[in-house]
Amino acid sequence: MSVIRFNKAINMALSEEMKRDANVFIAGEDVAEAGGSFGVTKGLLNEFGESRVVDTPISEGAIIGLAVGSSLTGLKPVVEIMFMDFMAVCFDQIINQAAKMRYMSGGKMSLPLVIRTQAGAGFNAGPQHSQSLEALLMHIPGIKVVMPSNPYDAKGLLKTAIRDENPVIFIENKMLYGLKGEVPDEEYVVPFGKANIVRKGTDVTIVALGQMVNKAKSVTKQLEQQGISAELIDPRTITPLDKDTIVNSVAKTGRLVIVHEAVKTGGVGAEIAALVQEEVFDYLDAPIQRVAAPFTPVPYSKPLENYFLPDEQKIIEAVKKVCIGRQFPQLVGRD
Amino acid sequence: MKFSKEELLKFYETMLKIRKFEEKVSDLFSDGHIPGFLHLYIGQEAVATGVCSNLKKDDYIASTHRGHGHCIAKGADVNKMMAELFGKETGYCKGKGGSMHVADIDIGILGANGIVGAGIPIAVGAGLTAKVKGQGQVAVAFFGEGASGIGYFHEALNMAAVLKLPVIFVCESNNYAEFTPREKHLPIQTVAERGSAYGIKSYMLDGNDVLAVYETFDEVVSRTRKGEGPFLVECFTDRWSGHFVGDPQRYRPLGEKEELQNKDPIIKLKVFLQQEYENANDEINKIHQTVDNELAYAEEFSKSSPLPHGESTLEDVYAQGKQYECNSI
Repeated sequence: MSVIRFNKAINMALSEEMKRDANVFIAGEDVAEAGGSFGVTKGLLNEFGESRVVDTPISEGAIIGLAVGSSLTGLKPVVEIMFMDFMAVCFDQIINQAAKMRYMSGGKMSLPLVIRTQAGAGFNAGPQHSQSLEALLMHIPGIKVVMPSNPYDAKGLLKTAIRDENPVIFIENKMLYGLKGEVPDEEYVVPFGKANIVRKGTDVTIVALGQMVNKAKSVTKQLEQQGISAELIDPRTITPLDKDTIVNSVAKTGRLVIVHEAVKTGGVGAEIAALVQEEVFDYLDAPIQRVAAPFTPVPYSKPLENYFLPDEQKIIEAVKKVCIGRQFPQLVGRD
Repeated sequence: MKFSKEELLKFYETMLKIRKFEEKVSDLFSDGHIPGFLHLYIGQEAVATGVCSNLKKDDYIASTHRGHGHCIAKGADVNKMMAELFGKETGYCKGKGGSMHVADIDIGILGANGIVGAGIPIAVGAGLTAKVKGQGQVAVAFFGEGASGIGYFHEALNMAAVLKLPVIFVCESNNYAEFTPREKHLPIQTVAERGSAYGIKSYMLDGNDVLAVYETFDEVVSRTRKGEGPFLVECFTDRWSGHFVGDPQRYRPLGEKEELQNKDPIIKLKVFLQQEYENANDEINKIHQTVDNELAYAEEFSKSSPLPHGESTLEDVYAQGKQYECNSI
């Protein structure tokens, strides 16, 4: 085991997969010489040369087009869209081309491509550099959507993404790049569609996405001290989504709180809440709660951005709200 | 450039097959056998034929929503094409794509495309593969002059030029962007001018003359194979029918359609053949017979093919299994 940062874990996954498969290449804005705007692709140009680490013009649409065309014809591109917000610029190639071509060809075309992108607030980067747009992607059949929350998962999931025969969008929360974590020295992969039960518990299920898993994790410790045993689930991938793990957990605990950074309206939390009520409504002891951002663009100024971001206090409040009642009389009247 | 009789007859056959395919599917559409939209290629046959006759099986083309001609010229199976238009299980895409999405990756057809201009950056991606693999393949992006207004066109030209990729951008200037005439959507005289803005050498030619198209592409394709690309070629041609079958074409000036018949690329080649060879008519008649038989079979094949089962809707979304390879929504 080594303890490495999240960005290093991604860098290692890229390097290992490029060594393993000569068809894998990287392309994007500033990925070669500059090593990426967050240093994620640092050193890869020296290791693999400019034919496999390609600096492109600032042309997000053509970057995805490059990935679509090259993956159709035998290469395995891992392209970078520097900020997830910029995906808005290239949605035709993602939604109408990458996501549709296998289907439109009756299954004859394969598009083994990965789009790495960086999302999330917390850096005071303002409304066009801080968004979490995963719900838009989850709505599109034909692509897979990955949201790692720690270095171990980041490395293992990216390796799986690169080996996958489908278009995969790999969302890296920018607040996670500095996060340290244990990563095995030997080769491993993390499968898609298998949620991680971060912590086992019996009273309430918390499903958290990406960076929010870390906030929820610290909350579970505080809750424990107050007599609430929370089960924390990190889906890791939202497409495919591990429905069984979530549903089984809720059937056990009877309570569900969903935490994500994206705005609440039309978010992934709404989808998870809906599927839980479809499957295990009669196991629920309290209405499902969602902790998410308000329906505003991500603001710039620190106090505004802090207000925008879901925090530990909001998660605790939501958990208490669903737990107040017969089994937790001690919570009545508090806060 | 001197062409052999066989070459000329082959061009004739390809153009005729495209023409007759389009006429037949247009009739079948009007009779209710084909649903959706049909965007016909009639009038532009010389471009697809002249370009694709220079391409090998493993070269790539990215086509447009008006893609039947490109696919036929690149060697697509007309039975599977027509069955796809019928929405049948035996179609190229098992009835999931339709007219705008005919694709055959085995012969380098990366697909017709329902989004104007979207195939252009995809061809650039295929060009990257060709360059990396180093087997001398080229990638061709077909598009109309209307698509040169799309941002992807400019991004793709710039990207291909910067990365020095073996891509040929083929503009089929057919005078209409859907319903809008050329002068209302293009502030310059030629799309070829746009190539120079990206340092791309550009050509212009009479797209109704299959020999002229062939000749230019003979040079452009071989230079591209040698790594001298990318190139842009603007082929001036004519779209005989409307934007789609059923378009009343109120935007078209009176008498224009009749004038177009005088520029028929197929008649032009026929006259040339008749001038060059005394017995040309015999062979031309034979080609008509062959093409008619082939398309009659395609019609029969399409009509008698089974429709897909509803449940197959869920297949081919992902590489593994049905919608997802694990439990999900």
